[in-house]
Amino acid sequence: MTLRKAEKVFDVLALIAVPAGLWFAFMYAPMEVRMGAVQKIFYFHVASAWIGFFAFFVTFLMSIMLLFTKNYLYDDIAEASAGVGVIFCTIVIVTGPLWARPTWGVYWTWDPRLTSTLILWFVYISYIMLRKFIDDPDRRAKFSAALGIVGFIDVPIVFLSIRWWRTIHPNVVQPGGGGLHPGMRTAMFVCLGVFTVLYICMMIKKLRLIRLERRVRSLEG
Amino acid sequence: MEKAPLVALRGVVKRYGHVAAVKDLSLDIPEGSFTAIFGPNGAGKSTLLKILSNQTRPTSGEILYSGVPAAKLEDSFRSKFGVISHQPFVYDNLSAKENLEFYASLYGVKNAGARACELLKKVDLYTRRDDPVRTFSRGMLQRVSIARALLHDPAIIFLDEPYTGLDSVASASLTNILREQLEGRKTILMVTHDLKTGLELASRVVIMKKGRIIYFRERGEVDASAFESVYLEQAGGPEAAG
Amino acid sequence: MNYLMAVFSIVKKDVLMEWRSKEAVNSMLVFALLVTVVFSFIFEPGSETKNEVVGGIFWIAVIFSGLLGLGKSMVSEVQGGNLEALLLSPVDRSAVFFGKFLSNLLFMLFMEAVLVPLFTVFYDVNIVARPKVILVIFLATYGFCLLGTLFSLISVRTKTREIMLPLMLLPVMVPVILGAILSTNVFIGGFPAENAGNWITLIASFDVVFTAVIFAIFGLIIEE
Repeated sequence: MTLRKAEKVFDVLALIAVPAGLWFAFMYAPMEVRMGAVQKIFYFHVASAWIGFFAFFVTFLMSIMLLFTKNYLYDDIAEASAGVGVIFCTIVIVTGPLWARPTWGVYWTWDPRLTSTLILWFVYISYIMLRKFIDDPDRRAKFSAALGIVGFIDVPIVFLSIRWWRTIHPNVVQPGGGGLHPGMRTAMFVCLGVFTVLYICMMIKKLRLIRLERRVRSLEG
Repeated sequence: MEKAPLVALRGVVKRYGHVAAVKDLSLDIPEGSFTAIFGPNGAGKSTLLKILSNQTRPTSGEILYSGVPAAKLEDSFRSKFGVISHQPFVYDNLSAKENLEFYASLYGVKNAGARACELLKKVDLYTRRDDPVRTFSRGMLQRVSIARALLHDPAIIFLDEPYTGLDSVASASLTNILREQLEGRKTILMVTHDLKTGLELASRVVIMKKGRIIYFRERGEVDASAFESVYLEQAGGPEAAG
Repeated sequence: MNYLMAVFSIVKKDVLMEWRSKEAVNSMLVFALLVTVVFSFIFEPGSETKNEVVGGIFWIAVIFSGLLGLGKSMVSEVQGGNLEALLLSPVDRSAVFFGKFLSNLLFMLFMEAVLVPLFTVFYDVNIVARPKVILVIFLATYGFCLLGTLFSLISVRTKTREIMLPLMLLPVMVPVILGAILSTNVFIGGFPAENAGNWITLIASFDVVFTAVIFAIFGLIIEE
């Protein structure tokens, strides 16, 4: 089974990548002058945010594929990706306040990105709950696809509306680097790579689990 | 080449969560036939009927209408189906006539009002046509449901326990209606517990158990007087007859 | 033509049923009124801060009573198995959707029409400070009913019936809720109308985008 082989490969990759990411974040990247060690959380915060959004994009694409092909494999990938995405999204929401408290003096700031991420988190929590509340696999696949599509298309609109509402987030990846130290930037991209490996690794595990569940069910019947 | 059967199932499986309601079913329904489906509770009869009427997509397997896969059918094809289910398919707060007129409009039936009255007369509810159906008894609802299913003169009629709740007069009148439909070359599929009525009308007899067809005969090959014992034996014990 | 006829038949049927029972509109109105009264406790009577929050209270009242109405309207389809019968009928499935959507929209607009004068009574604030507020109310209610009808249809067919509706609907409605409240506040506060322009465009875009999305995917979601 190729999925099982891929799992082994990515297990090894993750084992190498995670310590490497930690080294880049804590040793390689220079200490931020004003914020100090707290700023280190930034590497994981940003990487999680990117991966979280990417995971929901995968759910969105797979939902469309499912509706047009009725192939349950896409439903399984959509489910796996939403589950993993919620984990990364949760990391964003938890690390955001941890950084905001020493930096801005408050835990929660209603800034567009953090708030949009929170809304996104709610959308995908309801996506996961919805799946639990439908027994018929066919209906579950189609109904959750509807939410996966609507929820993702909604993201830019949510973001725009909250940005118009208020804005104070530091814009770090503007064209030109936005004043980020080159060492920090390298560490950020390394962490992004590490989190991508982690995402794929978790996706494969989750997907294998879902496929096995499906097989068990078909054997029970 | 032989003409494709009106409805054909090919290796159909339907699963609800952990439970497989229907397992690996293959069945041909020729035009103009009356198929009676018997079986104990939970045998998958209603699920089979839902699959045949394209209300539920099978988990795997294929369903063909005159050789055309279900997924390729036009919306308008559904006007060939008339379905009588466990549920009455009526709105409580509307009168019998309003309910029928509403469904007639969805089916594009001409002279909806007149057609509704005609059918209400047929099921003997004409005098109550303007009463809201929430005041109706179970048997009366069942009769509205029969009228509703026949509104658009469907080519295939699916009946799920149509005799439930009907008194003897209404039962006899339903039997007559079904005979009329058969004479009009309509195809009928009926799920029932009632062995006697089923055998009386059917041209083909099916017994289901645990999601599979375990018995299939042309009516001519079945001895009516012996059928009950055959059924009890096949369906597994007298407790299964309920 | 058939498509529009089917949509019209469903709306006509819903209006007739509502005319008989008045269940949905009455329960929405009572609930909206209740929200209006309970929320008035958050500020001192007659205080000037009320103008800043009254738009928000109006929309909260509309949205929560709307959730009630949406659930009610879809339950009436599920009881007696009517939804199954609608889907069995030879009409395009999205016609069934837009029929239910239009009747929900009608009932909510009616509820809002009654609610606006009640705000003048209780808060001494005219929500429709400028004619443009009517546009805001229409567009926001349209968006709410659009996704609300979709999600209520999904929600009633889950094990938990209506519970999933607010959980699915409220997060995706954030742009509309935000836009409706802030643009209503612009007009109530007497600020220049341009300040509301972006919001109105945003809500309108939301409506257009999701009308198209639902039109494209509804048939695929509901077919069985």
